[in-house]
Amino acid sequence: MQIFSGKNTINFMKLSLPAAVLSSVLVLGSFVTLAVNQLNWGLDFTGGTQIEIGYQDTANLDAIREQLAASEFNDAVVQNFGSSKDVLIRLASREGVKPSELGDKAIAVLKQADSSAEMRGSSYVSSSVGEELTEQGGLAMLVCLLCILVYVTLRFEWRFALGSVIALAHDVIITLGLFSILGLEFDLTVLAAVLAVIGYSLNDTIVVFDRIRENFRKIRNIEPTEVINTSLTQTLNRTTITSGTTLLVLFALFFLGGATIHGFATALLFGIFVGTYSSIYIASLVALKLGVSREDLMPTVIEKEGADQDAIM
Amino acid sequence: MVILVIGLCALYASPNLYGEDHAVQISAGRNAVVDAQLVERVKKELTQSNIESKSIVLENEQILVRVKDADTQLIAREKLGEALGENYYVAMNLAADTPRWLSALGGEPLKLGLDLRGGVHFLMEVDMKSALEKTIKDSDNDFRTALRTEDIRYRTVKQVEGGLEIYFRDQDTLEKAETFLKNRNRDFIFSEKADLVLFAAMSEQKLLETRDYAVKQNITIIRNRVNQLGVTEPIVQKQGPDRIVVQLPGIQDTAKAKEILNATATLEYREVDIEHDISDAIAGRIPPGSELLPDQNGVPQLLKKNIIVEGNHIIDATSGVDQNGMPKVSIKLDSKGGAKMLAFTKRAVGKPMAVVFIEYKATGERDEADKLIFEAKRTVISVARINGVFGNQFETTGLDSPKEAQNLALLLRAGALIAPIQIIEERTVGPSLGKENIKLGKEAIVAGFILVLAFMMVYYKKFGFVANIALALNLVMMIGIMSMIPGATLTLPGMAGIVLTVGMAVDANVLIFERIREEIAEGRSPQQAIHFGYDSAFSTILDANITTFIAGLILFAIGTGPIKGFSITLMIGIATSMFTAIIVTRTIVNAWWGGKRLTNLSI
Repeated sequence: MQIFSGKNTINFMKLSLPAAVLSSVLVLGSFVTLAVNQLNWGLDFTGGTQIEIGYQDTANLDAIREQLAASEFNDAVVQNFGSSKDVLIRLASREGVKPSELGDKAIAVLKQADSSAEMRGSSYVSSSVGEELTEQGGLAMLVCLLCILVYVTLRFEWRFALGSVIALAHDVIITLGLFSILGLEFDLTVLAAVLAVIGYSLNDTIVVFDRIRENFRKIRNIEPTEVINTSLTQTLNRTTITSGTTLLVLFALFFLGGATIHGFATALLFGIFVGTYSSIYIASLVALKLGVSREDLMPTVIEKEGADQDAIM
Repeated sequence: MVILVIGLCALYASPNLYGEDHAVQISAGRNAVVDAQLVERVKKELTQSNIESKSIVLENEQILVRVKDADTQLIAREKLGEALGENYYVAMNLAADTPRWLSALGGEPLKLGLDLRGGVHFLMEVDMKSALEKTIKDSDNDFRTALRTEDIRYRTVKQVEGGLEIYFRDQDTLEKAETFLKNRNRDFIFSEKADLVLFAAMSEQKLLETRDYAVKQNITIIRNRVNQLGVTEPIVQKQGPDRIVVQLPGIQDTAKAKEILNATATLEYREVDIEHDISDAIAGRIPPGSELLPDQNGVPQLLKKNIIVEGNHIIDATSGVDQNGMPKVSIKLDSKGGAKMLAFTKRAVGKPMAVVFIEYKATGERDEADKLIFEAKRTVISVARINGVFGNQFETTGLDSPKEAQNLALLLRAGALIAPIQIIEERTVGPSLGKENIKLGKEAIVAGFILVLAFMMVYYKKFGFVANIALALNLVMMIGIMSMIPGATLTLPGMAGIVLTVGMAVDANVLIFERIREEIAEGRSPQQAIHFGYDSAFSTILDANITTFIAGLILFAIGTGPIKGFSITLMIGIATSMFTAIIVTRTIVNAWWGGKRLTNLSI
């Protein structure tokens, strides 16, 4: 059984112009929505107090709002979380109450009103910690991209490195754009997912690059476009299957993993989808347009590779 | 080799198969010992209360009583807590039901993170500003006194940002003072700031010491208080220059935990009342102006109510040995405390002096505002004879052991809290949410795993079966290695990492198998195809995995808490999946198809 026979080379690069236009539109669109709607930063980044309450039966959100308002928590944001029985409440800071005690107070109020209310979780993050985290998160992403740039340059060639990093940036920006336009909460686990997307998309890109390099060396007197088309066709089965199995488990996470990692699963699902597309079109296309050629990929690495394998097997 | 590695991982993964016992753990508080005698006492208490125990074991100065269920555990804790009194900490625990031979080999089940076990996580920040201010203030008084004794006239001393300004009337005096202070206080850097103004700034070293000291002091205090909460395996750790992480697994009443952590402890130096007979006082005739306070062994001591010096005047207390090699504690007071001490010791040489430690313990009751009511508990922790007149620096000797000296120094420091702390992050996970998270995580792993297994079987047939064996072994190895690494905890994002690895781990096999198919399509014989397939896929797999590993490494280095958990599983997963997907499958493939004349492959 095989998805693609691989007998006929698919002319991927024929679609390079539409792909470039599509990606540009998506990236620009993401920038626009990030500028207009911004990201719905989660508690981890903004700081604040948040509590999760579980009820025995379906929670009456209006009643909860009233109960809280009666005790001066009138600006609390109350919403369902995961199921209709679970409620997530975000509290604004209040004069005269230590922020770290805010949650306890609200829980006490709700418990008094309905004894079936059960504290499922509560978080308090001071704004300074949130700011630090935002800084660290941005830094993590930059450092990550930079390290990859260096590694791929060393292992392959700078055109490939630039191609892969542009593809990664493309994936990250579009994933963030999705979160922005849908107004999904961007918390710490989503950040982890975005970084995992970087890792995954890169994995894909490297496999394609590896084949391109191999084909450049193996097949002589052939146009670079042709080489890339052949390589993409040859790796298409692998790309589809690996993305497929990863998407399978991510669907499992998405539907079974619970509310806490819903955002995480969403980011990965979407990111891997975009990542697969970008490693086919963006990464190779950039390398091609930068003028990658056979001569660039002919160092004496071949011998070394053989030596590697003997040692391991 | 392959079998050995897998066997080892499987061995260390196996403790996770055994369940957990509900248990009660008893550890010693201050001045109490846990020994075989106590085991007997515990046994007797349990039989008296009709509580059945599975086992009672003495280990690492702790007694672990295993019981059959959560209800029994609750009762056992209550009864034992009452019976053993305040000198012992009785805490509820879940003890792994790992067989003895396995735990002897260091086999332990995975530690679960707070999001899976339930509990509370605090991040606290030490208020360095007030710590530094206090140090500067102490030096202010100190400099004034020193200059006055040396008869160097100054106009005034001002506390400013980062140091002290000392004003003089003429240049000569300033220079004289500068030379004198420079020699006297090597932990300060002196400079002429303006005309006739000498500026004293703390040296880098001193700044560092002050900060470090403030954090350590707070950690000591928090550890003491955490013990009061009866939590097993609490974590109190320094994080960064001025932060402390506190993790209390299994705590349900977080409000109570916070109040106890924030309670203050102080101490007082008091004169021992030797004018009156202590047995009279014990009999009920307590002289006015005095009171009876118990020492650490519960023996009452008669002390005067007047306080000589309070704990907030203590700057430092360290344990060491004196010239005779006997244990001692050196105490340093600030100048105000030193002056009080001097005034007192001048008239009290030869008399005994006591140190009273005051802890605020929660009574378990609440007032109208729903605040816990704290009760001051005074204990005499040291009584020593005053051997001479002294001021801000003195030593307590005549202690029984170095350990006692250490304990005393620790308590003295705990009572002299110089830097207040503030909670800057708090995360609580209720026990029900924790249980649910475990259940959801497990379901997601199983579902993802089965989906991938089924797909591989259908798509690659017999080779798919081989890949599936590798995938299953990969899961076992991941769990085994995570159980082996001390300090690694499994969190919900960590579980997500496992699921993701399951999906990605097949990638290496997909790469290899696709290669083999290509080789066959190109007309190679099956044996050659296998050989070339493995060989040429290898460098691709290596490159692809190394780059992903880099991403994981950066996540680990920069991320905190849940992100770290995720990155650890990701990195371990990459390493194990390369091993299982390349080496293990190769071994199986060789054993299955190797050396045979094949015409076609089931791939």
